[in-house]
Amino acid sequence: MTVEDIRKILGAKVLVGEEHLSEEVKSACGSDMMSDVLAYSKDHSVLLTGLCNPQVVRTAEMLDIVCIVFVRGKKPDEAMLQMAAERGIILLSTGHRMFSACGMLYEAGLHGGAI
Amino acid sequence: MDVITFHYTISPDDFTRAGEASSDVKSKLKKMGVTPEAVRKVAIAMYEGEINMVIHAKGGEITVHISTERIEMVLEDVGPGIPDIDLAMQAGYSTAPDAVRSLGFGAGMGLPNMKKYSDEMEIHTVIGEGTTIRMVVNL
Repeated sequence: MTVEDIRKILGAKVLVGEEHLSEEVKSACGSDMMSDVLAYSKDHSVLLTGLCNPQVVRTAEMLDIVCIVFVRGKKPDEAMLQMAAERGIILLSTGHRMFSACGMLYEAGLHGGAI
Repeated sequence: MDVITFHYTISPDDFTRAGEASSDVKSKLKKMGVTPEAVRKVAIAMYEGEINMVIHAKGGEITVHISTERIEMVLEDVGPGIPDIDLAMQAGYSTAPDAVRSLGFGAGMGLPNMKKYSDEMEIHTVIGEGTTIRMVVNL
């Protein structure tokens, strides 16, 4: 699915990267622990997280993560928005909680990818 | 054969900036045309190491040597040292304080991830003086 599909499913707001919404996403990872994301995340994936600090964007950068979805209405600060914009990473924000947001994407056909 | 070397000083207690060196290495490797798989391995392994230097030590120095055959990363910190390396290598074992966990790290995956994403890894540690980790990713 594309990031635009994810945006629609989650009713999410685009914070950064409006111009990249047609990018394809193949798997997803939901976690607040960045070390776990670094251990298990796959290529071309989307990261769902309730953690909101610059290391979330850094982690995404290291893994070539296409898009970060902040759950529970978390709002990154200006420095994070700028970091993401410079790296071409899309940032979305949704009011849904982690469990619900992951479930909605899973139901729509986006899976975690093979272990 | 030519070896290109990059050097970085990692400042302690600046969690916001942790990862800048890894980010710089990643973009340099990409520009050099290194395969995406190798770039990814180097980026993750070095980033975990860099985070560790900020969380556990008082910063340190990272030197990266790039040749046509391999990328070698040497991370030298001034820190407490690792009392039990086997224990520290176990996935899930962590001595990080709760404050670090609330920042998204300290899950006990740092050293295991560094080993997972590098082709060679050596740890040299002296209690009370510091730790040097050498990692190699083959090209």
